[in-house]
Amino acid sequence: MPLFEAVVLALRTLQAQKLKSGFSFIGVFIGVTSLIVAWSIVNGINTYMTDKFAGTIIGVNTFHLRRRPNFTPNISDSTWRAWARRPRITFGDADAVTNALTVPVTIAWQSSDQATVETGAKKVLSVDITGASERYFDIKNLKIANGRAFTSQESRSGVPVIVLGEEVALKLFPDRDPIGKQVRIGGQPYRVIGVVEHQGKLFGFSLDRFAVAPARSPIQDMVNPPGIIDALIVKGATLADMREAMAQAEEVMRGRRHLRPRQDNNFVLETSEGVLAFWAGIQKFLVIIGPGLVMVSLVVGGIVIMNIMLMAVAERTREIGLRKSLGARRTDILRQFLAESTTIATVGAAFGVATGVGLSLLVNAASPLPATVSPFSIVLGVVIGGGVGIVAGVYPASRAARLDPITALRQE
Amino acid sequence: MSQQEFRTGDTPLPDVVILTHKLTRDYDMGSETVRALRGVSIQIRKNEYVAVMGPSGSGKSTLMNLIGCLDTPTAGEYWLNSQKVSDLVDDELARIRNKEIGFVFQTFNLLPRADALHNVELPLIYAGLGAKERRARAAQALQRVGLGDRMDHRPNELSGGQRQRVAIARALVNNPSILLADEPTGNLDSTTGLEIMGLFRELHDAGQTVVMVTHEQDIAAQAARVITLRDGLVATDQLQAA
Repeated sequence: MPLFEAVVLALRTLQAQKLKSGFSFIGVFIGVTSLIVAWSIVNGINTYMTDKFAGTIIGVNTFHLRRRPNFTPNISDSTWRAWARRPRITFGDADAVTNALTVPVTIAWQSSDQATVETGAKKVLSVDITGASERYFDIKNLKIANGRAFTSQESRSGVPVIVLGEEVALKLFPDRDPIGKQVRIGGQPYRVIGVVEHQGKLFGFSLDRFAVAPARSPIQDMVNPPGIIDALIVKGATLADMREAMAQAEEVMRGRRHLRPRQDNNFVLETSEGVLAFWAGIQKFLVIIGPGLVMVSLVVGGIVIMNIMLMAVAERTREIGLRKSLGARRTDILRQFLAESTTIATVGAAFGVATGVGLSLLVNAASPLPATVSPFSIVLGVVIGGGVGIVAGVYPASRAARLDPITALRQE
Repeated sequence: MSQQEFRTGDTPLPDVVILTHKLTRDYDMGSETVRALRGVSIQIRKNEYVAVMGPSGSGKSTLMNLIGCLDTPTAGEYWLNSQKVSDLVDDELARIRNKEIGFVFQTFNLLPRADALHNVELPLIYAGLGAKERRARAAQALQRVGLGDRMDHRPNELSGGQRQRVAIARALVNNPSILLADEPTGNLDSTTGLEIMGLFRELHDAGQTVVMVTHEQDIAAQAARVITLRDGLVATDQLQAA
């Protein structure tokens, strides 16, 4: 019997046994759907973490010179206390490192805290306020939508000017142009010179609720003790530049701290790799758990198909006997039953792919996760889904094919 | 009847369709062995009409299965159309069943979900014919048994006699060497049974070799030759007046 005939026959049988076919179909369908969705969600979380989270917190080809890591999951109390005893990063450290770097880099100072930003009439609580140097905007990729950033001149001399995040600007000046207006932080006045374009959200937190003023302006009193910064941010043009700059910065800092060769650094050079290493740990877990659950549902689907095919064999013993007596060879019977289970599995997988892609698009649209469907997951879904159907069909089919026609015909 | 003596190593005469030589079939039933056939030697020529009779347990079903190539003998030879089939393997037997043998069963054995035409097409599917030719030949076979107007009916839309006619059409569609019927009237009332017998007679008159297993004397009486089995051996083998 040619393959085409077997498939036609399979479709006819499946149509006649709607309920049983339906169950098998659902088994594969759910398996493939969940495989694609789980995959695309893990993918989306990955993209989110790599591009947005790590990029936003630290930045590409960038390292932060800090007293202690800023991104610190699962730190023991003793480590924390040891970090707290470390000397802080001073203006002097920052200048020394800046002067020592020979590779082309972009450098910015950063000190941040939260404070209230207010005008005479309005105020915004818990704004991330930052004392920074002028290149901060370049390094953080903050584009000015309105007005300008502060200049190196303003930065060096500590002019009380300020650049606002979009949310802060909109709340303080809902119906006026904020440029040239005055805001107060901790009682000190600042002149608004720029508004940064819309940044969106990260994990549901607004990235537009911030204000940046020159590090040497009165903002310093709000964010750090005199002469201290949180971080010196260094961004290399390339990864190699960044590595080179890191090595140079480490050398300078060890010298300034008088560390002996065996002593550990009492400062940290933090890169996005550190953040991503933490994420990689979570991802490893997700990559195992996600597909693991999917495998379970596929195995269940496979068992359902196998049971249904076994039932079909038992129920159709007589039919198999008849077909054999009319000249069906073992391969014909085998092919007939395999075609049935494969057809179920293929149709289930096809619908699973469609639904999986649809759900992924929905997740993408309705949640902050950029859930992307990887073509590989589709291929995998179809191969595994179809494979499960075929494998689950092999045993019942070979049982059917081996039936003795006489016994089979006698079956009631 | 007079028959050429057959010895092991011989080949049957060309017009002998069925030849069995000392055919035996043992069934291993755990502790004991049932000897269903104990050396049956028969020859059936082209266009004979033979009824095989015998009480239950006489071995007539076993002989039927062997002749139908559904089973293989424990010992002895079986020649079908000058081909020794007693030592063929599974797939070769399937091909013989497909090309050489047309089965008619007591319980019709039609596929309930398929219409008459598709049921008759079945052997042609396994013969590897294309859809168009299958349909044409199946339709022809159905017309031959008088069901040209019932092709799209499913078995449950047909009477018992009509169902058996569909089964006969299916048996004939591959132009088999023998039409092998197992109690073909067993599930039919006597009037319908006689109709079916009439059809067998027509087919025989048209040149078809017919072998029929039955335990009904008046059905066997339709045949030209009656072979009676008893305890796995041929008891009588006689021609009867038409």
